Amino acid sequence: MTTGTDRHRDIAHCSVAGLAAGARLALPGMPIMAVFGVAFGTAAAQNGLTLSEATLMSALVFAGASQFVAAEMWTTSMTAAWVIALGLVTATVNMRFFLMSASLRPWLGTLPAWQTYPALALMTDPGWLLATQYRSRGGSDSAVFLSSGVMLWLTWIAATVPGHALGGIVTDPTRFGLDLVMPCFFVVMLVPLWRGSRAAISWLVSGAVAVLTAQLLPSWWFIMAGVIAGSVTAGVFDE
Amino acid sequence: MSEADLGLAAIVVMAITTFLIRVGGFWFMAHVPLTTRVRRMLEALPGSVVAAAVLPIAIKSGIPAVLAVSMAVLVMRASRSALAGVLIGITAAALARSAGV
Repeated sequence: MTTGTDRHRDIAHCSVAGLAAGARLALPGMPIMAVFGVAFGTAAAQNGLTLSEATLMSALVFAGASQFVAAEMWTTSMTAAWVIALGLVTATVNMRFFLMSASLRPWLGTLPAWQTYPALALMTDPGWLLATQYRSRGGSDSAVFLSSGVMLWLTWIAATVPGHALGGIVTDPTRFGLDLVMPCFFVVMLVPLWRGSRAAISWLVSGAVAVLTAQLLPSWWFIMAGVIAGSVTAGVFDE
Repeated sequence: MSEADLGLAAIVVMAITTFLIRVGGFWFMAHVPLTTRVRRMLEALPGSVVAAAVLPIAIKSGIPAVLAVSMAVLVMRASRSALAGVLIGITAAALARSAGV
């Protein structure tokens, strides 16, 4: 493990060897993606999406939380207005990606766009957390970020299909704790990023604001509200 | 447009929206000077995202969820295996629920 002091020391680059390293980096994320992908396929089938619609959505959108919400809103008598509504809800749920990709600028900002934008197009919560961890260990190869994204993407698509076919076999996923797979993965990813309790003040503010917002506002606004509050806190307080 | 076409259109709209958000933050930061303060704000994002996503869910789902994330952190710290952390975390929640917690 490296410490916080040598972050940002290495200059970003992109190598073929990084593609293999990225596939390895993605390994702990792939079972998580698989479980979540099967669950999405199931939800899609139960809400009337065809297999091709569900698979296409996984391939093109590749954003689990927003896909679940879209599946719940899905109707077989789709209207143009409803298409716009789905787009707006998707934007709300996925707004955090804006801040997540912003956080990659100090690392990847010096690279040409063709090396960064394809990888950004495949950015997810688990992929971003894995890449952030890789960066905090002193890694600088953008190919690692790209190939870990591709691995998670393929896992996600591959898991959607059996999930749709099985639709409803696992009737109560909470019984097996499957609803907590993502929260557990999130906190686990945070362990290597721990930099002492002082840096965690912003995390605490983020969590508190999110809990409060979840009581007051509908939908997924609580994540954005929490993240902005946490980030601003970190900006205001000197280390 | 038929209803199947509109279903396809919905997926494409979702995809384009999500793509623009995904690259938007990175693109935007090209036009913001990376001061120490901005760097600090960006570095706080991983922890903030996790806290904001997990805490409301943990509170809503109660004791089994709190048990699951606590176990996950402890196992991760001891074993450095993310997968072991997640597996033991959700197993703890499943056991707690089957015991009626």
